[in-house]
Amino acid sequence: MSALTVYVDGAGLWSPHLADFAALRGALQGEAASPPPARPPATLLPAAERRRAPESVLLAVEVAGQAVAMSGREPASLPCVFASSHGDQPIMDYMCTVLASAPAELSPTRFHNSVHNAPAGYWTIATGCHAPSNAVCAQRASFGAGLLEAASLALADAQPVLLVCSDTAGAGPLTEVTASAAPFGCALVLSPQPGACTLGRLVLHLCPGSIADASGESAVPAEWIASSPSAVALPLLALLAQGAGRCRLMAAGSLGMDVHLEECA
Amino acid sequence: MLQPIAPLAVSAYTATSALGRGREAHRRAIETARTGLRPNDFSLAPLECWVGRVDGVEDAPLPTPLAVWECRNNRLAWLGMNQDGFLDAVHAARERYGATRVALLMGTSTASIGATEEAYRRLDPDGGFPEDMLRPPIHAPHSLAGFLAEALQLEGPCLTVSTACSSSAKVFASAERMIRLGLVDAALVGGVDTLCESVLFGFNALELVSRAPCRPFDRERSGISIGEAAGFALLERVEAAPDAPRLLGYGEASDAHHMSTPHPEGLGAELALRDALARAGLAPAQVDYINLHGTASLKNDEVEAALIARAFPPTTRASSTKGFTGHTLGAAGILEAVVALLSVEHGLVPGNLGGEDPDPACGPQFAWSNEARPVEVALSNSFGFGGNNACLAFARAERTA
Repeated sequence: MSALTVYVDGAGLWSPHLADFAALRGALQGEAASPPPARPPATLLPAAERRRAPESVLLAVEVAGQAVAMSGREPASLPCVFASSHGDQPIMDYMCTVLASAPAELSPTRFHNSVHNAPAGYWTIATGCHAPSNAVCAQRASFGAGLLEAASLALADAQPVLLVCSDTAGAGPLTEVTASAAPFGCALVLSPQPGACTLGRLVLHLCPGSIADASGESAVPAEWIASSPSAVALPLLALLAQGAGRCRLMAAGSLGMDVHLEECA
Repeated sequence: MLQPIAPLAVSAYTATSALGRGREAHRRAIETARTGLRPNDFSLAPLECWVGRVDGVEDAPLPTPLAVWECRNNRLAWLGMNQDGFLDAVHAARERYGATRVALLMGTSTASIGATEEAYRRLDPDGGFPEDMLRPPIHAPHSLAGFLAEALQLEGPCLTVSTACSSSAKVFASAERMIRLGLVDAALVGGVDTLCESVLFGFNALELVSRAPCRPFDRERSGISIGEAAGFALLERVEAAPDAPRLLGYGEASDAHHMSTPHPEGLGAELALRDALARAGLAPAQVDYINLHGTASLKNDEVEAALIARAFPPTTRASSTKGFTGHTLGAAGILEAVVALLSVEHGLVPGNLGGEDPDPACGPQFAWSNEARPVEVALSNSFGFGGNNACLAFARAERTA
C-alpha cells in the first residue's frame, strides 16, 4: 500500500490541561503547566461572534488559529478539514430535550449551529476563506480518518491543508453513549513540501486490521487520551513535541495507520 | 492552476426516494412529471408542510445480525443498497480488489439522530437512555458509514462527510483523491438522510419550510419541502468499466459569508462550478444539463438562477428536481447525481416541477418541462449550510473513450 508523506508546518492544542502546543512540550519535559481557562479565547472570531459562538466553534477555531499562526500561512488560502466524532454535544442535548417536550420552541440559531460543519463555517467566514472546507467523522477513528483525508487533499491538490479535530464534552443523557468526558481540540497544518516552519515529516502507512491498543506507549498520560474521542491525537502531538518517533492510529473502524514522524534538517 | 483529472467510471449507481425504489422508479416518475411529495404525515406534533417520504421503511427491518444498527436511517440505507443489483456490484468489487482496497465514503447531515430523539422521548425514570437505545454507534454522526462497513464487510478507508446539504456530493471528491493517490482501487460513495424531528422543526424554526409543495424557481415560491433518500455509486478506474458513465470532475468551495444564507453573488457556488469545469477540462458550452440545487428557498434560487444565467449559453439546460423528491438534505448530492446520470443514460432533461411562473432571474437555460435530447455532459450542484458548495460533472462513456 502506498505511503503518504506530508510535512507538519504548525500545531494547535486545547484541553483542560493544555492551552497550546508549547504547554504539551513543557508537560513532556516535566514542567507543571497551569490549566487554561475553560473557554477557549478563539481570538480569530470577531468579538460579537465570539460571544455568541457555541463551545464546539470556540474550541475548533482556537486550535485552528494556533496552528495556522505557527505555520506562517494565510488562513484564507488554506483548504480545511474539520473532524469531530460527535459535533456539538451540548447543542445535540438541547435539541433532543426540546424536541421531546416542545418541538415548536426549537431555537433557529441553535439549529443552524448544530450542523457538523458549523466550526468549518465559522472558520471560513472569520478568515474570509473561499477554499474548500470539509467536515468529517469516523466515530473513535475521527482523528486518523481526518488526517488521512487532509493528507490526501494536500497531496492530490499539491497545497497546504488545515486539519482540525475537536470534540466538546458530553452533555445530558447523551453523555452515556458518547463517552466524551472533557473537551479536546487539536490542529495541524499539513504541507506537501517542507518549508521554513516545518516541525517534521509525517509518513502515513495504512495497515489493515484493528489496533485497539495503539496508544499504550505514549509519553502522554493515558487518562488524557481516554477523556475525549479526539484526544487519540495526543500520542502524535507528543511525537511532534519531542521531534521524532512512531505511533499508530485508527484510520477507520477496521483500518490502522502507522505514523512515522521524522525530523527535517 | 487546476489540472484536468483522469475520469473515473461510475460502474453502478442507484437511488431510493419518495419517487420509489431504484433507477427505473425515478426515470418513470420524472418522465410522467409525478411528484413524490405528500402532506406531512411524519412529525409527532402537527407541522403543516409537505414531505418527500419513502414508503415502507417502517416495514423493512434490518437483517437480524445487523439489528444493533436498527434505526430509520440505516433501514433506508439498507433498502437503497438492495436496489438495482447494487449490493452485488459492491460484493464483486470487494472480491476483485480486496476488502481493504475499497473506500466507503458516505455523506449525511443528521445520520440517525432520529434514534437519539427517540431515546430522549423515552428516557428512563433515572434520566438515562432506555435499555434498547443503549447502542452508542447509532447515536453518532458516523452511524451510517459504520453500519455499511459492517454490513458490506469493507475494511478500507471509511469516512462520513457531514457538510449539511453538500455532504453526499463531496464524497465523490474524496473518493477521486484516494483512488488517484493509490490508497484504494474503488470507492463506494453515497449518502442517506431520513425525516426526523430535528430537521422538520429546525428548518421550520428558520422559517424555511413551505406550507405547500415546494416550487423551485417560481416567483411565488415559499420555501423548501423536506424529503428523505438513499443513494449510492461505485467508482472505479475507467479500465475496469469502459462502458460505464464517467465522473469527469468536481469542484468544492466556501462562501465565507453566513451560516444559513448563501453569498448574495453566489461567489462560493461559482468557484465550485469553475473548479469542476477545470478539473473536467470542460467549457460551459459543453454542458448539456445542470441539476440545480434549487431548494425553492427565496435566496438560494435567486442566487443560483443568476449564476446559471451569467455562466452558461441558452443551449445548456437547467432544472431543479426538488419538486419531485423534496430537499433530501445530506442525501441531496447523491440523489441528484443519480438524476444527472439518468439524464445522461436516457437523454431526458427533467422539467423543473413546481415552477409555473418563472422568477425573473431565470434565464433561457431553464427547462420548465421535460425535454428529450442527448445529454453528453451533466452537472449537479449542491450547496450546504456554512456556505459549503460542491459541483459534480458526469458524462457518457463514449465522450472520453
